[in-house]
Amino acid sequence: MIEIRFHGRGGQGAVTAARLLAEAAFLEGKHAQAFPFFGAERRGAPVLAFTRIDDKQIRTRTQVYEPDYVVVLDPLLPEAVDVASGIKQGGTIVLNSKKAVQFPHAKTAFVDASSVARETLGVPITNTAMLGALAKATGLVKLESLTETIKRYFSSKLSEKNVTAIKVAYERTRVAT
Amino acid sequence: MKKFITGNEAAAISAKLARVKVISAYPITPQTAIVEKLSEFVANGELDAEYMKVESEHSALSACVGAAATGVRTFTATSSQGLILMSEIMFVASGLRLPIVMTNANRSLSAPLSIWCDQQDSVTVRDSGWIQLYCENNQEIIDSTIQAFRIAEETLLPVMVCFDGYILSHTAEPVDVPKQDEVDKFLPPYKYPYSLDPEHPVTIGAVGVPEYYEEFRYMLQESVLESRDKILEVGRLFGKQFGREYGLIECYRNDDAEVVFVTMGSLSGSIRDIVDEYRDQGERVGFVKVRAFRPFPAKELVEALAHAKAVAVLEKDISLGATGALFLDLSGAFTNAKRAPLLLNFICGLGGRDVTETQIREAAKTAMNAAKTGEVKEVVQWLGLRETLVGLKP
Repeated sequence: MIEIRFHGRGGQGAVTAARLLAEAAFLEGKHAQAFPFFGAERRGAPVLAFTRIDDKQIRTRTQVYEPDYVVVLDPLLPEAVDVASGIKQGGTIVLNSKKAVQFPHAKTAFVDASSVARETLGVPITNTAMLGALAKATGLVKLESLTETIKRYFSSKLSEKNVTAIKVAYERTRVAT
Repeated sequence: MKKFITGNEAAAISAKLARVKVISAYPITPQTAIVEKLSEFVANGELDAEYMKVESEHSALSACVGAAATGVRTFTATSSQGLILMSEIMFVASGLRLPIVMTNANRSLSAPLSIWCDQQDSVTVRDSGWIQLYCENNQEIIDSTIQAFRIAEETLLPVMVCFDGYILSHTAEPVDVPKQDEVDKFLPPYKYPYSLDPEHPVTIGAVGVPEYYEEFRYMLQESVLESRDKILEVGRLFGKQFGREYGLIECYRNDDAEVVFVTMGSLSGSIRDIVDEYRDQGERVGFVKVRAFRPFPAKELVEALAHAKAVAVLEKDISLGATGALFLDLSGAFTNAKRAPLLLNFICGLGGRDVTETQIREAAKTAMNAAKTGEVKEVVQWLGLRETLVGLKP
């Protein structure tokens, strides 16, 4: 089973990102589960959301403590929150960042998702751009599955912009060395 | 067709598939998305129903009572404080034999104020004469809610379908959503035999003077007890038509188990994983899920657990001053039994506390130790309790 933790701020779409990722995996014939951290979310506050992906039925209902991948939607969050908490040895942290960032025991990848979001959506909502980055950095789901999920989830105008956001972020994502 | 949906979406879709005619509900976290979705279905014409806005849950259920008495299929949804505010009318609905269906997203009760999951809300209204079904996952929410209408209408009892708030209500996962024509076959148009009709006036809700009241209560008790057969029959018929059969309880790797977990709701999934883990190590651990809490499946549970050495009941509620409510009932079920296992009660997951795999293993180890020694040191234990925070006096 693969577990992914999303860090964001209320309003950036972390919960939606977790769900879109799970649904993309579901479209690829896998079992998946997506859920928010059960807190009192409000705009601007740090929020968490989780995705589980497996080849067999997912029965567990515990929270995720040792993620394989971490996705950080907000560039300033790593200063406020321990985004690497519990990450598995050799796991990957995908960051919204203009430059490479190092973490002990984890690989990292980065993209300036805030710019991508502003260019493609016109608002700094980075969730879909960061899904593109995650797909590029980990190969967890295919780009086509993500775009298909976006088309199902959003209205046609919004989905077009978000598909662009995913593609642009996918192209621009760099794996840190 | 498989869809990727949350528990709340599953609940709303099932009410729509059942073609409910009246919905009255008041928003409360974490079930709000159910009534939002249903009001959307009504507003955009997908569902031909009356959506009654009210000022409280007490009024919501009162409106449902009135609607159900006119003989239409009636639905409501609530959680926590909302359910407790409804509780006065819950006893009215069952006493008047009105087959209302409610989904309850399980959430803790104040104080302290908590919006998070436990099962204290629905467990607290267990004496109200409503049938209570608990769901393990989102598939069970849709299946049990569809079945609930048939059970309610064929027993003339209200039914509540309970599922863990957030843990299921806000979790998206794959669910096989039945087709409308299939659900129509399973749930034919509803006809209430005693509906309010100006042409044929009847009295609903007369006074039960001391010469009659006790008989009414006796008959209600008999009906709730007998509803067990209807739940089984409807669960079988549903299985025949949709390929997923349901009963009062469900046993998992229990045949030769020495130590058996018992719980209800979403914790079942995590427990199954731990049972598999112990089985892989050669330990005879099993699991019994309680789906129907009311009527209480005493006979089935005694049969399923008689062979065990120790039983660990994990539950997200506490009957303050006694033990967990499920444990109380299970202990009662073994009254006068020829053979009974050692019974242990684990209170866990209150107010949204995560029930971790470590906690479940801890309960298993305690129960295994009891099985080995034949002794129970502490009947009730609290999992995940932070001892350092306990001991402050008011």
